[in-house]
Amino acid sequence: MPESPVLSVSGLRKVYGSQVAVDDVNFEVLAGKSLAIVGESGSGKTTVARMIVGLERPTAGTIMACGRDRSRPTHRGSERKARGREVQIVFQDPYSSLDPRQSGRALIEEVLQVHGDADATAREARVSELAELVGLDVRQMNALPKSLSGGQRQRVAIARALAADPRVLILDESVAALDVSIQAQVLNVLADIRDRSGITYVLISHDLAVVRQLTDSAIVMQRGVVVEQGATASLLDDPQHPYTKLLRASVPGPGWKPQRLRTRMLGTAAAE
Amino acid sequence: MSAMLQVEDLSVKLQVEGETREVLTSVSLEIRAGEAMGLVGESGSGKSMTARAIARLLPEGALVSGRISFDGRDVLALTGSELRAHRAEVAVIFQDPRVHINPVRRIDDFMGESLRVLENLSASDARKKSALALEEVGIDNPGKRLRQYPHELSGGMLQRVMIATALLTEPRLVLADESTTALDVTTQAEVMAILDELRRDRGLSMLFITHDLELAGAVCDRTCVMYAGQMVETRAANVLHDDPLHPYSAALVDARPSIDSTAPRLAAIPGRPLSAFEAPSGCRFAPRCRFAQDSCTATEPDWLAVDGGSVRCFRAIELRGNLREAAHA
Repeated sequence: MPESPVLSVSGLRKVYGSQVAVDDVNFEVLAGKSLAIVGESGSGKTTVARMIVGLERPTAGTIMACGRDRSRPTHRGSERKARGREVQIVFQDPYSSLDPRQSGRALIEEVLQVHGDADATAREARVSELAELVGLDVRQMNALPKSLSGGQRQRVAIARALAADPRVLILDESVAALDVSIQAQVLNVLADIRDRSGITYVLISHDLAVVRQLTDSAIVMQRGVVVEQGATASLLDDPQHPYTKLLRASVPGPGWKPQRLRTRMLGTAAAE
Repeated sequence: MSAMLQVEDLSVKLQVEGETREVLTSVSLEIRAGEAMGLVGESGSGKSMTARAIARLLPEGALVSGRISFDGRDVLALTGSELRAHRAEVAVIFQDPRVHINPVRRIDDFMGESLRVLENLSASDARKKSALALEEVGIDNPGKRLRQYPHELSGGMLQRVMIATALLTEPRLVLADESTTALDVTTQAEVMAILDELRRDRGLSMLFITHDLELAGAVCDRTCVMYAGQMVETRAANVLHDDPLHPYSAALVDARPSIDSTAPRLAAIPGRPLSAFEAPSGCRFAPRCRFAQDSCTATEPDWLAVDGGSVRCFRAIELRGNLREAAHA
């Protein structure tokens, strides 16, 4: 039996005034698989993520997650709750996405309460389970964000998102601001969680090495439009579109020398 | 040839919340004319503090010991007009341009300030010189950009304005502190190319601070790796990646995912990066090092000269060639 996708997006479009931010984006992700949305500032990748979560309303197109159409806002409480449970997001900056007056434990407790875990003992057990999953100890869970490092805060944010037991987790540049050694720890944690729970990730990133490490398929966006999509490995090993080729060639590595590639490969000095 | 910049035994303590905290311990480095030196490390490693000390931009109340000399001048003793002249010769480009530009002043006002103050240029001469500098960093239609406000420019464009501004007073040394980190990768490649050209054309020296070892390897002559306020390895930049001498340098390379392959698991370094004031006695990296022995925590390792570079690790010679995770696989 062919598996049905846990998330599918078709004809997605977002217009702000006269600016088309996202135009005709289509993709599907199967349960337990991960998709990357790659692009630079202004490519529309974060707008796509925000529409999937429900923070922006699409101008046109459909978003289906777990068999539920979430393209339009709903006023029904139960429907909103169900949507919130199914798709969660972790933002880039753990310094601004956590309440400075709330500990990780209180934050996760609150999510568990909202999503109907009425039994205090069961909640307690779930908090410990989530803390262990992301690698935080008791002291760290009880601490306010100000006494945690960036990596620890991001783990709190991931545990918070996982508390709702989502089927889809959107990672919007969630490891970009972390130190190299901490980034590796968080990427390993994310891989472990996927192995255990079969969760689906949508990774929004400009870091192609992180994309390679975490995702199966990828779409490349430029100025609101998807210019290339396919399996992550083949897209990075053998890019077809000039823009994907440029992105790949801009990443420093052995033998790499800085060059004015954009001018040479796309014929424009400044895309901005 | 003697070095243009010499930093000897530099230690810095800062006043934080009523406490005195050490952030740099005995840093020594040299940069020659036209040379690019990379400074690599994670949060708290002291790489930004090193640059700030050289530019004399440390926060108030900082306790500094050691010696910094630029062209034979004692940088730490400069005051008044001598200090202003030093800051014209040593330019700093920070990571986030929006934090370091006045949002209510037009670009030409911002760029021209140093020219009017330091070189006594008229406003129109300053504008002409600014326009040329913008062209040099690949900005089209500089006349229009000069009349705009910072919020009207994208991050990549604004960072190029910062670079052009830093180069206006024809500095001899640029301290680039993660100055391309926030840029898109294609813009980063362009900006690095511009800095590289200027270095060749003008003999500009550069201290290039980054967390990206591969970028440092591509643009620098030598790279210093810093950990917990100390330098732990200095090497030719092009060999550091493949033949690291310090376990921390090797661990940094291994922790990064690769764009060419997917690892079953990344070789994460346990724990978190420390600052100098939290560092244990003995080798500061020992608690996170998979090669650490009892002797590593007993005394602090001294510099060891190896193959044109130097390293601060007791086991450097015996471990060389076997530090990388990949070498075990």
